[in-house]
Amino acid sequence: MPFIPHTEAEVRDMLAAIGADSIDQLFDEIPAELRVKGLTAVPESMSEMEIGRLMTERAAADGHPLNFIGAGAYEHHIPAAVWELTTRGEFYTAYTPYQAEASQGTLQLLYEYQTMMAGLNGMDVSNASLYDGASALAEAVLMAVRANRKSKSKRILMPRTVHPSYRKVVRSIVASQGLVLEELDYDRAGGHIDPASLPSDPGDFAALVVPQPNFFGVLEEVDALTDWAHAHGALVIAVVNPIALALLTPPGEWGESGADISCGEGQPLGIPMSSGGPYYGFMCCRQEHVRQMPGRIIGRTVDLEGKPGFTLTLQAREQHIRRSKATSNICTNQGLMVTASTIHMALLGAEGLERVAAASYANTASLVERLSAIAEVEPVFNRPRFHEAVLRFDAPLNEITRALEARSLLGGYALGEDYPELENCLLVCATETKTDADIDAYAGLVEQILAKRRETPCPVAPKMR
Amino acid sequence: MSNVPADLKYTKSHEWVKVLDDGTVVVGITEHAQDLLGDMVFVEVPEAGRSVAAQDACAVVESVKAASDVYSPLSGEVVEGNEALADTPETVNNDPYGDGWIMKLRPGDAGELDGLMDAAAYTALLESEEH
Repeated sequence: MPFIPHTEAEVRDMLAAIGADSIDQLFDEIPAELRVKGLTAVPESMSEMEIGRLMTERAAADGHPLNFIGAGAYEHHIPAAVWELTTRGEFYTAYTPYQAEASQGTLQLLYEYQTMMAGLNGMDVSNASLYDGASALAEAVLMAVRANRKSKSKRILMPRTVHPSYRKVVRSIVASQGLVLEELDYDRAGGHIDPASLPSDPGDFAALVVPQPNFFGVLEEVDALTDWAHAHGALVIAVVNPIALALLTPPGEWGESGADISCGEGQPLGIPMSSGGPYYGFMCCRQEHVRQMPGRIIGRTVDLEGKPGFTLTLQAREQHIRRSKATSNICTNQGLMVTASTIHMALLGAEGLERVAAASYANTASLVERLSAIAEVEPVFNRPRFHEAVLRFDAPLNEITRALEARSLLGGYALGEDYPELENCLLVCATETKTDADIDAYAGLVEQILAKRRETPCPVAPKMR
Repeated sequence: MSNVPADLKYTKSHEWVKVLDDGTVVVGITEHAQDLLGDMVFVEVPEAGRSVAAQDACAVVESVKAASDVYSPLSGEVVEGNEALADTPETVNNDPYGDGWIMKLRPGDAGELDGLMDAAAYTALLESEEH
C-alpha cells in the first residue's frame, strides 16, 4: 500500500473547508511554553551513501566476537528462510496497515502468531505484539491494576530477580500514574524468591510479577508464588522467555489456576540481536481479562457470504473509539518482527523449539561445569536454571573480561553494577549456537588469564635497587 | 417516540432510576440510550460493595458502534451488579427497563433523588435533543 502525501493544494483546500489559516493554527491550544522550539540535539541528515558507510564502519568496530552474553537478548540460530520470506514485498511493512481488513494476508499471519503465542504460554488469548519485553511488562502492570476487581490497590510486588532494565522501564512508565512498585529481595543461596520468605499478611496489592526463568537464569517456584498471590486477591504477571516455554510449564498452568497475564521479549524467536533492537514484546492473558488487554487483537470471522476472514477485533478498547478512556495508548504492534517470529516458529515447529531449548540448557550446564573446574570460579546459586548462570570469580572480574575481549570473546554480563552484593559475579549464557569447542576455548582462555595472574600476584612488581 | 415509563426517574446522561420499597434503587440505561448505541456486545458492571459518587463512571456498555460509560445517578454503595449481562448483553437492548438493568444501589443521600428528572422532564429533554 503506497504512502501518498497530500499536495500543497489539497492541504489548502482542507484548511479552507474547516476555516483555518494554517496547519500551525490547529495546534493553537498547546501553550507556547510547552512546545519544542527545535531539535538541536538531532544532527543534520545524511545521504544514503554517507549513512551506509557510517553503519558499515560501526558494524566493523563490533568485530565478530564469540558471545556468551545473554542478559535479555539471546543469540540463536535463525534459518536463512526466515528473513528471506519476511522481507518479501507482500510482508515488508513495519505496521498493521491502515484499513487493516484490506490486508487479509497480514491479518492471517498475525492471527497465526497469536495462536502460536497463546499455545506457548498456555493462555486463552494473545495480542498482536507490543514494542519490547520491558514495555510489555509495564503494560502488563497497568493492565493488572485495571483488571483486578478484587483489589483497588495500585501496589505491585516486583522481585529483584526481574531484569534490572525491565524494572527501570516499568518504573518510568507507571510511576506517573500513581502505581507503587515494591521490590521483593531474593534468596542469596538459591537466587530465587523463596516462597517461605513471603509475608503471611502482605496487605492489599494488585499483582505479583513472576519471572521465569529469572534474570539470573534461575527457575522460580512459580506454582507456590502464583498460589500465594491468588490467595491474597492479587493477579499474577508472568515474565517469560519464549524459548524456555518449550520445556517449562506454561504460565497458564502455574499453580492451582494459572497466571493471569503472561508477557516477555520476543527477540529469541527469529530476531537478530542487532545492537538492542528493534525487538518486540508479547502479551497473553486469560479470557476474562481480554477487555483490559492493550494493543491490537486479530480475530477470525465470516463475511456476509459466509467465507472465513480476519479482522481487528475488540477495538472499542482503543483510542479512536474511547479517546482518553482507552485501555492504553498502545494502538499498534511490531508487525515486521512478528512476521519473522511467526515464520521462525513455523519453520522450527514445536519439536524444533524444544530442541533449541534443550541444547541451550545443556550447553550452559556444560559451560558452568567447565568454568567451575577452575580454582577461582564457582557457581553462585544452587537452584535449577535454564540457559544462564551466575559465576563468582575470586579475582577482579573486569580484568578478566577485558582480557577475554582482547581475545575477541565476550564472557558474560557483569552483575556488580545492578547488584552490589554480586561483585565479581558474571552472568553467562551458552545457547545452541555454541559448540563444545567454543566452550573449551572459553574455559581455556579463563584458565590462561588466571594462571598468568597467579604468577604475578602484584600488578606492579616493586622495583629493587 | 421512545418509551419513557412514568414511574422512573431520569438523568441527562440517559440513565433511569427505580426506587424500591426497601430504599435501594435500580439503575439502567433508557430505551433511547440503547437505541442510540445499537446492538450491545459487552456490559461491564460494578462490583458489589463499591462506593460511588453521583456522576461517577461506574459501568461500561459496549455496542457494535461505541463503548460508553454509564454514570451513577446517585452517590451510594453498589448492592449488586447485573452479572447476567456478561453472557447476554443484548438484554440491555431487548428489555432496558427490566432484565437489562445495570446495577442496584443503596443511596447515601435520598435527597439526591429530587435532583433527577421525572418522565415528563426527560421526555421534554428527548424532544429538545431531536430538534
